[in-house]
Amino acid sequence: MTIHDLEPILREHPFFNGMSDEHVRILVGCAKNIRCNEGDFFCRFGKKADEFYIIRNGKVNIEIDIPQQGSMTIQTLEDGDIVGWSWLFPPYKWNFDARALQLTRAISLDADCLRNKCELDHDLGYELMKRFSAMMMERLQATRLQLLDFYAGPAGAKG
Amino acid sequence: MIAAKERTKAAAGAADPMRPELYRVQRSRRESSDTFTLELTPPRGYKPTPFQPGQFNMLYMPGVGECAISISGDPADDGVLLHTTRVVGTVTRALNGCKAGSRVGIRGPYGAPWPVAEAEGNDVVFVAGGIGLAPLRPAIFHVLAHRRQYGRIVLLYGARTPEDILFKPMLRKWSSRLDMDVYVTVDRAEAGWRGNVGVVTNLIKRAPFDRLNTTAFICGPEIMMHYTVLEILGRGVNEKGIYVSLERNMKCATGFCGHCQMGPFFVCKDGPVFRYDKVKRWMEIREL
Ligand SMILES: Cc1cc2nc3c(=O)[nH]c(=O)nc-3n(C[C@H](O)[C@H](O)[C@H](O)COP(=O)(O)OP(=O)(O)OC[C@H]3O[C@@H](n4cnc5c(N)ncnc54)[C@H](O)[C@@H]3O)c2cc1C
Ligand code: FES
Repeated sequence: MTIHDLEPILREHPFFNGMSDEHVRILVGCAKNIRCNEGDFFCRFGKKADEFYIIRNGKVNIEIDIPQQGSMTIQTLEDGDIVGWSWLFPPYKWNFDARALQLTRAISLDADCLRNKCELDHDLGYELMKRFSAMMMERLQATRLQLLDFYAGPAGAKG
Repeated sequence: MIAAKERTKAAAGAADPMRPELYRVQRSRRESSDTFTLELTPPRGYKPTPFQPGQFNMLYMPGVGECAISISGDPADDGVLLHTTRVVGTVTRALNGCKAGSRVGIRGPYGAPWPVAEAEGNDVVFVAGGIGLAPLRPAIFHVLAHRRQYGRIVLLYGARTPEDILFKPMLRKWSSRLDMDVYVTVDRAEAGWRGNVGVVTNLIKRAPFDRLNTTAFICGPEIMMHYTVLEILGRGVNEKGIYVSLERNMKCATGFCGHCQMGPFFVCKDGPVFRYDKVKRWMEIREL
């Protein structure tokens, strides 16, 4: 797949919905196509967060390794989902593992490249921040519901 | 179409709605660590009133008490009555102690059902959380038995852990059908679980249904239904196409005592299944 093939994929992706052509083109300059086989890791806890990923097709588990208990899956991400925001904030280290649950194709965006472009073009930075904030809010909300023990009460229990 | 009149008629239940009939436990089947299904047969010579999907019975344990439990079996099968129950307190614990041959008092069926006939021609999305799959199961049996009357059939089911997933053999069977989409997710899982992790509301954004022609049936704890409704509305489904099953503590189950009152409604008689736009105002009031 060439860099030209990536442009329509990013343009049509809901995450980048409404972004200007110019900004999408800048993103494409930082993007590459990747794949992970079942069981392979996109990223590992504590390692440098130098990329983030847009899943094109497949499934990725976000996992945390708990000493003496093994790894726990916190969330499963699928087609169209974004993996990772640790690249946005210092110290730019992953806070979790992301493991392919099956053969997964994705687009990876280079963090250094993107951070530099955002410094040069604050409009681009703002567009990205808006999208990442919305996604983080959605994930935070989902995590809160998970913490609530959603299904614990009798069927009619009020929260 | 099930008209309001028919729904009320269905709510009337047996001839003397307050008198339990002593059913015999044919089998108690374990579904998960805290949930079991009782298979019950009526006393000889007694002809039970047929039930509609979403209706419930009052189950009575002599000397212990009574509680409302939805019917979880196939409405087309009038042989054995199925009740799937999660142990939470006194009566449900006593029911859990039942073995083959034990007797359980049953009165009902009560309540307004899932409007499966009104959903004909539409895509049907079932969203279940935890034990909420049990009250939805008869409606799923119904739409699958009348498959040609419906568009897409989608089941989204969330449980706490893989061990808490109810009706696993049935879910496997439904998943293997080409004319039904089944998505299951759990809140927590250890490595080795190959399914989805995350709350059931996460599944809604990708579920395949036509927003303009969809009926959604939702059952689970109220907090789960609240967020599920928000997601479904967010997908553009009209609130008149969304139904929820509500629960309030019950005593008479026939609309007399007022125990189950919620705003202008008696949940036992006007519900437990309600169209969302009719009850949303009352669902938002914390004390009710
Ligand atoms: C229409 C209807 C259908 C139902 N269908 C099912 C079903 O199919 N399967 C199933 O397992 N349960 C169902 N329930 C819930 C079931 O009725 C209760 O779990 C049961 O009454 C608990 O009785 P208990 O004596 O075991 O618990 P109790 O000793 O009465 O209570 C134990 C604890 O659970 C809480 N609790 C009990 N019942 C409720 C409730 N309804 N709402 C909120 N908190 C509660 C109490 O506050 C207490 O903390 C249904 C309820 C209704 C109203
Ligand atoms: S339980 Fe008596 S009115 Fe509903």
